[in-house]
Amino acid sequence: MSAVTFENGENDENGGSGGNGGSGGSGGNGGSGGSGGDAVPVPDAVAFAFEGLGHAYVAERWIFRNYGASLRKGQVFALLGPNGRGKTTLLKILLGVLRPSEGRVTVNGRVAFVPQLFQVSFDYSALDMVLMGRARKVGLFTQPSPVDEAAALAALDRFGMAHLARRPFHEMSGGQRQLVIFARALVAEADILILDEPTSALDLKNQGVVLEWIDRLSRKEGLTVLFTTHHPHHAHAVADQAMLMLGQSEYVYGATSDVLTEANLRRLYEVPMCKVGFQFEGQARETLVPVYPGLRGV
Amino acid sequence: MTEVTHSRAPAAATGTSAGLPGRRGWALPVLLALLLLVAVVVSIGFGAYPMSFGRAMRLFWETLWPFSGNPTPDLAAIREQTVVAVIRPPRILVATFCGVALGLAGTALQGMMRNPLIGPDLVGVSGGAAFGGVLAMLMNWPIAAVIALATAGGVGAMLCTLALARLVSERNDGIPLILAGFFVGAFFLAGVGLLKSLPLEYSWKLPGIVYWLLGSFRGADPTKVWVIAVPTLVGGAVLILLRWRMNLLSLGDLDAASLGIDVRWLRWAIIGIVTIMVAAQVAVSGVVGWVGLVIPHFARMLVGPDHRRLVPTAALLGGLYVLLLDNLTRTMSGGELPVGVLSAFFGTPMLCFLFWKTQTRGWSGS
Amino acid sequence: MTHGGLQRLAPYGLIVGLIAVVVASLCIGSYPMSFWRAAGIAGHLALPWSLPDPLPWPARDLLVVQIIRLPRVLLAVFVGIALGISGTALQGMMKNPLVGPDLVGVSSGAACGYVIGVLLDLPPGGCLALGFAGGVGAMVCTYALARLAKGTEGVGLILSGIFISAFCMACVGLAQFFANDGQLQNMTFWLLGSLARAEPHTVTLMAVPVLVAGSILMLLRWRLNLLSLGPLDAASLGVRVGFLRLLIVALVSWMVAAQVAASGVIGWVGLVIPHVARMIVGPDHRRLLPASAWLGGLFVLLVDDVTRVLRTEIPVGVLTSLIGTPFLVFLFWKRKAKGWMND
Repeated sequence: MSAVTFENGENDENGGSGGNGGSGGSGGNGGSGGSGGDAVPVPDAVAFAFEGLGHAYVAERWIFRNYGASLRKGQVFALLGPNGRGKTTLLKILLGVLRPSEGRVTVNGRVAFVPQLFQVSFDYSALDMVLMGRARKVGLFTQPSPVDEAAALAALDRFGMAHLARRPFHEMSGGQRQLVIFARALVAEADILILDEPTSALDLKNQGVVLEWIDRLSRKEGLTVLFTTHHPHHAHAVADQAMLMLGQSEYVYGATSDVLTEANLRRLYEVPMCKVGFQFEGQARETLVPVYPGLRGV
Repeated sequence: MTEVTHSRAPAAATGTSAGLPGRRGWALPVLLALLLLVAVVVSIGFGAYPMSFGRAMRLFWETLWPFSGNPTPDLAAIREQTVVAVIRPPRILVATFCGVALGLAGTALQGMMRNPLIGPDLVGVSGGAAFGGVLAMLMNWPIAAVIALATAGGVGAMLCTLALARLVSERNDGIPLILAGFFVGAFFLAGVGLLKSLPLEYSWKLPGIVYWLLGSFRGADPTKVWVIAVPTLVGGAVLILLRWRMNLLSLGDLDAASLGIDVRWLRWAIIGIVTIMVAAQVAVSGVVGWVGLVIPHFARMLVGPDHRRLVPTAALLGGLYVLLLDNLTRTMSGGELPVGVLSAFFGTPMLCFLFWKTQTRGWSGS
Repeated sequence: MTHGGLQRLAPYGLIVGLIAVVVASLCIGSYPMSFWRAAGIAGHLALPWSLPDPLPWPARDLLVVQIIRLPRVLLAVFVGIALGISGTALQGMMKNPLVGPDLVGVSSGAACGYVIGVLLDLPPGGCLALGFAGGVGAMVCTYALARLAKGTEGVGLILSGIFISAFCMACVGLAQFFANDGQLQNMTFWLLGSLARAEPHTVTLMAVPVLVAGSILMLLRWRLNLLSLGPLDAASLGVRVGFLRLLIVALVSWMVAAQVAASGVIGWVGLVIPHVARMIVGPDHRRLLPASAWLGGLFVLLVDDVTRVLRTEIPVGVLTSLIGTPFLVFLFWKRKAKGWMND
């Protein structure tokens, strides 16, 4: 299952779960075209779009400015940027929690959010967590009905976790928790899933599991996924489009393979990058990994 | 290791502005010392007794200066002289020493625990000392026993706090300590409430005890001056001698040990001194809260985080602050407001301001 | 699964226990009375139209229960329910198991407002309104301060609560200083937290907020689950976080203000009871909120019974602190401060 394999060459070794992903990344890339935001697609096919976006928590101290991008429904969007460049701020704006200081945002559909390092103060069971996805369906002064519980259980079952329904959320592994939150997003009938560094706290195997589910949710369920990451190869693995937050009003945006070039990443992270081939879900991909020249084992 | 960086971060921020510990760095403490001296003398001129400031000063000068001619023999003058020479000085001295003790105790605790939110009232010492003091007073025991029991209560509460914090986490600082101190303090204050409501033989002393508990310097006499002066001067002298060691302690156990000093005895010595000073303060004047917590912050703003200058500055600043508060209550007409109430009234907003400005840097454990 | 079943049944068990203890509490006092007689009288008083014409018991028994004992017992129960519900609601809303009405400043804010009302010689209704305003104001201040200090999640909130409470209590001290003797007596009496002045009108004062605000909070109990996920997450699930928080704060402040007006500051109940209830029924607020309501009523009633049996005038607030703080210490130790700090 863990299909993320690093290889130093171009040899395509077909490992694991094969091409059940159906239409690959290339299908999505065709429509919206390359870099820049000028090719605006048909409105109802767009999941979200923003242009001229800028935000400043303190007046005139811009976190970022003049950002623009758009994403078609069912695609996966990766957001890369160094710490403190405003990734989380951008996510909050898209979630509608934060009003941007300037610019226009269109979000076409219901958004579900998966925070980074999900922690709950109280020890709810997995089922309780998933059930909370039904908040929109349950009236303000009413409690969830057996129907809601059944829906929650069904969602857990789709992730193969029905037997863990009564397990306290805290006792689950990081990967399992992430899947519980995915199930919750399904129950919430979200169209757009926004994930803040979904792989950051996970071991390599669970990173793979989460990436596979991101891929599957977008291809099979038609969900639009936006996630932030610090790993270019995660973007390469699942994202159709990517955006690099280079500077205050400087960004690169477009199809993943066009954007994640060595030159761009070197500018973004200020470290030299080297090209690495790998394969994911049966398809050969390429990505870049950092090179730390000062260290021994590069 | 994270807590080390936390304790250093504010140090680096303020240290640069304060400059190197040179002659300039000492100007402020010396100035404060002079200011405190002036304030002590000037305070003689304030009080409820109707007397002009100038007259009080002149009478005080006459009592001090041995060659000042013949004392005026009329009754009013004798009464005024008594006020100036016998009634006011003990109270002023007690207030000053209490402030010094609290300033020193707060600074030592904050440096030692590497936590700017620690104060004698928050680690439970004040609560425990109050419990011991009330117990002894309700038994109608002499002042020596009151102080002994207050000290025992203070030490006991402090030990409870430390033990509880240790049970919860290995680190001897940060949030567990604050929470543990909060619980222990609340428990002992509830104990005080229990004592107050039990039908005991000397319950008629209650109104006085309640007033004392709120923190007041009323009824200061020479005995009380001795009770507070000896621990403050002796303990304060030791703390001032140890002040550079506190810099090392504030690095944390691991760092200090790597520099080759055994910090354990030092820590216990400081805890012992602080507890005795605070217990003496509580025995003399009840719980005067929010001084030991706030004063070190202001001292740190003035002279930076280096304990070599911080400890004396905080001591002087504490004396000045409490003396000022006491003068305020003495001159207010119509009864006397307990100093503890005033210090909480002024201290907590200041603390809120500090809390905001520091943005919880070093205040919350993570 | 049996454990789950037990958890599901626990709230019902608790309410049965509460009713039994209420009746038993009616038997405590110098005038002797059997459990069943007390139960009969209480049952008839609960359904007033069924009071039998020739009374099956002496009229004196009826009077003792109705005039003397019932108000105090009911007041204790209502106070406990108010504290249990508000503690649980606050802990859930602020997703912090260490807050309680006394720790976020509501109680001391309400006390401050109430004392000012007494100082201005306002009628009881005016005092209560000021107490409510004080409670809301203190809570808003606490939250704003924590927000300013960027620490709404964990200890920041508790610290600012401690500061704001201390300030409010200093204001109470100031008010006491300016009060005349009659006002002072009125103030000091309940600052320690006492149920000794239970009268029918105090019970009404307490019953209305508890019944109204309590039932609204009960209906909102599943929303507390959602709020406890944090504002961002809850908002993304379609919860109107700002509105809901405001509503809960208002309801809690109303209950706490009434509780403070009726019985003074009774500490540590609102903080401890939710933890005990969580141990019994688990963290799901759908069961937790009722359980902590009944448990709070039970606890305060039992503590008050102890003082009545011992015939001491130890204020309830003192006893709850003496019981509550060691329990909290135990909890603190056992859980190794897990979830108490933002680690």
